[in-house]
Amino acid sequence: MSNCHSTSAPSQPVSLRVRERIPLLALAGQPNVGKSTLFNFLTGLNQHVGNWPGKTVERREGSFSINGCEYGIVDLPGTYSLTANSPEEVITREFILRERPDLVIAIVNAANLERSLYLVAELISLDTPLAVILNMMDVARQEGFRIEPEVLEAALGVPVIPMTATHATGMQAFYQAVQEILDGGRIFTPRLPEIRADHRATLDEILNHIHGYVPSPYPENWVALKLLEGDTEITHLLQNNLPPEKWEAVYDLLRQHDDALLAIASGRYEWIGRLVRAAVVHPRIGQISLTKQLDRWAVHPFWGLVILAGILGLVFWLTFTIGSPVQGWLDAQIVGGLAGLANQLLAEAPFWIRSLIVDGVIGGVGAVMTFLPIMIIFFAVFGLLEDMGYMARAAFVMDNFMHIMGLHGKSFLPLFLGFGCNVPAILGTRVIDSKPARFLTILIAPLVPCTARIAVVAFLAPVFFGSNAIFVSWGLVLASMFTLVLSGALLNRVIFKGQRSAFIMEMPLYHVPDSRTIGLLIWQRSMSFLKKAGTTILGMALVIWALSMLPNGDLNESYLVQFGKWIEPVGRWMGFDWRLTVALITSFPAKENAVATLGVLFGSSPEAALAQTLTSTFSTASALAFLVVTMLFIPCMATVAVIRQETNSWGWTLLNILLLLVISIAAGAGVYHLALFIGL
Amino acid sequence: MDHTRAISLTELSVDNHATILAFNVGTVEATRLVSLGFTPGAEVSMSQNYGRGPLIVTVRGTRVALGRGEAAKIVVARSAE
Repeated sequence: MSNCHSTSAPSQPVSLRVRERIPLLALAGQPNVGKSTLFNFLTGLNQHVGNWPGKTVERREGSFSINGCEYGIVDLPGTYSLTANSPEEVITREFILRERPDLVIAIVNAANLERSLYLVAELISLDTPLAVILNMMDVARQEGFRIEPEVLEAALGVPVIPMTATHATGMQAFYQAVQEILDGGRIFTPRLPEIRADHRATLDEILNHIHGYVPSPYPENWVALKLLEGDTEITHLLQNNLPPEKWEAVYDLLRQHDDALLAIASGRYEWIGRLVRAAVVHPRIGQISLTKQLDRWAVHPFWGLVILAGILGLVFWLTFTIGSPVQGWLDAQIVGGLAGLANQLLAEAPFWIRSLIVDGVIGGVGAVMTFLPIMIIFFAVFGLLEDMGYMARAAFVMDNFMHIMGLHGKSFLPLFLGFGCNVPAILGTRVIDSKPARFLTILIAPLVPCTARIAVVAFLAPVFFGSNAIFVSWGLVLASMFTLVLSGALLNRVIFKGQRSAFIMEMPLYHVPDSRTIGLLIWQRSMSFLKKAGTTILGMALVIWALSMLPNGDLNESYLVQFGKWIEPVGRWMGFDWRLTVALITSFPAKENAVATLGVLFGSSPEAALAQTLTSTFSTASALAFLVVTMLFIPCMATVAVIRQETNSWGWTLLNILLLLVISIAAGAGVYHLALFIGL
Repeated sequence: MDHTRAISLTELSVDNHATILAFNVGTVEATRLVSLGFTPGAEVSMSQNYGRGPLIVTVRGTRVALGRGEAAKIVVARSAE
C-alpha cells in the first residue's frame, strides 16, 4: 500500500491542491453508452449518491482498488456535448476544469462511434489527461462492425481500451491502463479537431480581444471556441469580465459569425469521420437490426399504445398479486408484532409514552414502511424498462397526447412513475429540459393516483360498491387522468402561456438489461425512501399523533377532532361528516392513513367490522365523493417535501397544494351532488 | 447543392434518404441537434413517419425521435433513389 501512488504526482498537470489523497478519476460519456454499468461494476456498493451542489442532478461517487491501490471515481452526468444547454453539461465541464481529476475516462459506444465520439472531440480540447473506453464491443460485433482499437488509439493520440462492461470483459486491460497512465507510463499526444480556415481567423481575433481577461480556470482557447458556439454561460461570463469596448468588438464578431456553431460542429464530425474511417470496417448493409424490428411495434401509433397499456396493466397486476399480500403480511407481522412487543415492554410506562411509541412511531412510520414491497416492484419494473431502452419508446408514443397540455413525450415518463409513488415522479421530472415544462409536470404529477391511494380505494370500493368495485376503481383512475389532462391544459394556457419546448430525443438500441445496475438502483431508491420514512414522515407522524392526543389523551376531544369539526362545513359540501373530514386530513402524512383513521374514529379495529359500520353510516353518494376526493386530495407529506426540494420554492409548493385542494373539493362536491341528483 | 429539391424533413417518407441543408432554429435547439449528429451535409434516413405525430430519423447511425414541429424546421434535400 505504501508505494501505491508515489509516482503519480509528477505526471499530473499543475494543481494548486495538495495531492496527498487518492487519485481521482472522472467518468464522462453520452447517455446510453453504458456509463452507469461500468461505474456500478467498479464501485459496487462502495458508492455514494447525492446531489451536485445547488443542482437537482444526481452526483454519484465511489472508490475501487487495483492491486491494493485505491482510486476515487466520480460518475459525471451523461451529456451529448459540453455546450451549456442544461445543468448536466455545466456540471461536467466545471468539474473537469475546476476539480482537475487525475484522469478523465470518456466512454463511447463502439456500436455508435460516430455520434458518441462527439463528446470526446470536446473533452480532448480540455487539457486534462484523457482515456477512451470503447464500450459495447459485443453489440458492435453483432451489428457487424469490426473496430481496431490500436488504430483508433494512434489516430486519437490517447489510450483506447476496448470493453464490454455488461460482461465485465476488458476489465484487466482497463485496470492496467489506469495504473500505467497514472504512473506516467503512457505518453499523450492528443490530436485535436481543427476548425475550418475561415473561422480560424475569427477565432484568432476573438482570442486577441479576450486575452488576459478570462478568469481561471477556463483556458482562453476553449473560451473563444465556446463564444463562437454561442454558449450562453460563457457569453455571460465574458460580458461581465471584458471591458465594454472589448466586449462590443467581440459581440460584433459573434454577430457576424452566428453560423459558426454549425461550422465548428461539422469540423468535429469531420475529425470523427477520419478516425472512424481509419479504425472501423463498415458493416454489411441491408441487415435489419433487432431494434428496428422491435420498434415496428413499440413505437407504432396504435400498437405502441397497446403495449404501453399492457405494461401498465402488468405493473398493477404485480402490485396487487405480490405487493399487496406482502404488504399485508408486513403490516400484520412486523408492525403488529412490534406494536405488541412495545405494548408488553411498556406496560408499566405512563399511557402517553406507550401511545407515543405504539401509535405515533410504530403506527406512523410502520404504515409507510409497509409500502416498500410495492415501491420495490415499481422501482424494479421501471429500472428494467429504462435499462432495456424502452422508456424512450413510451415517451415517443405518448408525445401526441402530451401536446394537449403543451408538454411533450418526455414529461410522460415522470407521470408514469407516479403510478408507483408520486415522490419518484417529482424527482423524475429532472429528465425534462425546459423549466416551464418541468414545473407544469410537477404541478400535475400529484394527480396521478399512486399505489397508496389505490390501496385506499381497493379497501373502500368493495365495502360500498360490492361487485361493482372494479368498475368504480377503474372509473376513479380514469377520472383522475381526465382531471390531470384538463388541469394541465388549463395551467398551460394560464400560467405558462402555451410555451412548448423542443422534443429531440435519442432512441437507444434495445439491449439485455444489466441485473447489477437494476439491483443497485432498487437498493438506492429503497434506502432513500426508508431514510425519508425515518425523518420527515416520522416527524409528521408525531405531530399528527400529538394533535390526536392533546389536550387530555381522549381522541374524541383532541385538537385533531376539534379541527375536523371546525371545518366540517366544508366537508358537508361533499357529503362528509367530521369523521370523513378528519380521515382525509390524516391522509396527509401518508394516504393510506385514511383507512386507519376511520378505524380509530369508529373504534373498531377488525376490518370486517369497520366495513359494516361504514356502509350503515354513509350514503353511497358520500362514499363516492370520499373516494374521488381521496384520489385528488393534496399531495402527501413526502411528496410536498420533494416538490419543495425540486422547485426550490415555497411559493410553487404552496401553489401546488392549493391547486389540488381546490380541484379535489370542487370534484368532491360536484360528484356528491350529481350522485344525489341521480338518486344514489 | 441543388436547392430546388429542398423540402422539410417532415415531407420525407419512410426509408428515403436526404441530406440536411439547414435548420431554422435558435441556438439552444441547434446545439442539441448538432450534438445528436444533425449538421448541414449529414445524411438522414426516415425510419418512421405516419404523417402525424413525432417521427424517427436515423442520423450518423443513431435513431433520434423528433417532434413534428422540430422536424418541420429542418430543411433537407431528398437524395436521388
